[in-house]
Amino acid sequence: MGVSSLVAAGAVRLSDESNCHLIPWGGGSDCGFPAPTADIFSFSPYSTLAIAGQEFNFTKPVVLAIIGSVFLIVFFLAVFRKPKLVPGRMQSVGEYGYTFIRDGVAREVIGKEGDKYVPFLFSLFFFVWMLNIWGIIPFAQFPVSSRIAWPVALAIVIWPLYMWLGMRHQGPVKYFTNMMFPPGLPKPIYLILAPIELVSNVLVRPVTLAIRLFANMFAGHLLLTIFAVATFYLISPSLIGILGSAASFVMSVILTAFEAFIQALQAFIFTLLAAVYISTSLHAEH
Amino acid sequence: MQSLSLLAEVTGSLGSIGYGLAAIGPGIGIGLIFGNGVQAIARQPEAYGVIRQNMILGFALTEALALIGFVAPFVFGK
Repeated sequence: MGVSSLVAAGAVRLSDESNCHLIPWGGGSDCGFPAPTADIFSFSPYSTLAIAGQEFNFTKPVVLAIIGSVFLIVFFLAVFRKPKLVPGRMQSVGEYGYTFIRDGVAREVIGKEGDKYVPFLFSLFFFVWMLNIWGIIPFAQFPVSSRIAWPVALAIVIWPLYMWLGMRHQGPVKYFTNMMFPPGLPKPIYLILAPIELVSNVLVRPVTLAIRLFANMFAGHLLLTIFAVATFYLISPSLIGILGSAASFVMSVILTAFEAFIQALQAFIFTLLAAVYISTSLHAEH
Repeated sequence: MQSLSLLAEVTGSLGSIGYGLAAIGPGIGIGLIFGNGVQAIARQPEAYGVIRQNMILGFALTEALALIGFVAPFVFGK
């Protein structure tokens, strides 16, 4: 039996049988590819806490975020509580993370006075990274920041911070005039530039900050799910089935590695942009 | 006005076509950013830190457009 007849036999068997999935898939009886939709991002709550008529649902993302936060707190307490002059193994890891944020983000972007914001940026980076990295941790495998509420909440923290810093360091009115009228341009340009600058600094910044993180994690999780589903969907006792399934599996492994990189990068970009916003509030643009 | 007839029709997933269109601009933009960034690093390796940071910043701002294009069909899909 040649390869082509094997393939043909597989195809016939797949289209004839009513249950065409070798491994039962909860997608119903139709044989089409059960492509994952946005539904995979909603979970039913494990338990609900009602306080004063307000319901708090403990869904998977919430539980993951709590576990991750507790882990981060415990880890950094253990690392930094009794620092030694000659750091041990764990302390070196913690200090490497700290100097990475201090030298690579705070001092590089904000300058000397950036040291004041290192604790904030440090917490922000590791919190966002923790939210993201749940996406590739086995058995959890859900990036918490692919629920838009998390990035939005973080953006809601950052927005008042840089607005307030700008008004404090440049003056409540001067902050907006500095923002809208950067010096050294021909007068008519300001007609167009001033409203654009105002909208982009006040409205677009926090919105894109939240959407960038959310959309990256959303897209990444969907991509991983598509190949994971395809691995199970394509498997059948035929050559093409095994090849397709194996290829999907390899792709999902490669994409998991790619996602690990993207998750760290997005956490870094989120922190970097927060630092840039703080920096432009501290000094007017020249 | 009777002659207003259907000349072309798109069937199937409009969202994927929308994403394809939304990816053109950011695709060109990200190519320019990293191309020029690598060139800058090659010419002045000692400025690597500053160049990399600005490169990633530009990448983040450009990439946001493609991602909004990706998410929009899910959000406004039906």
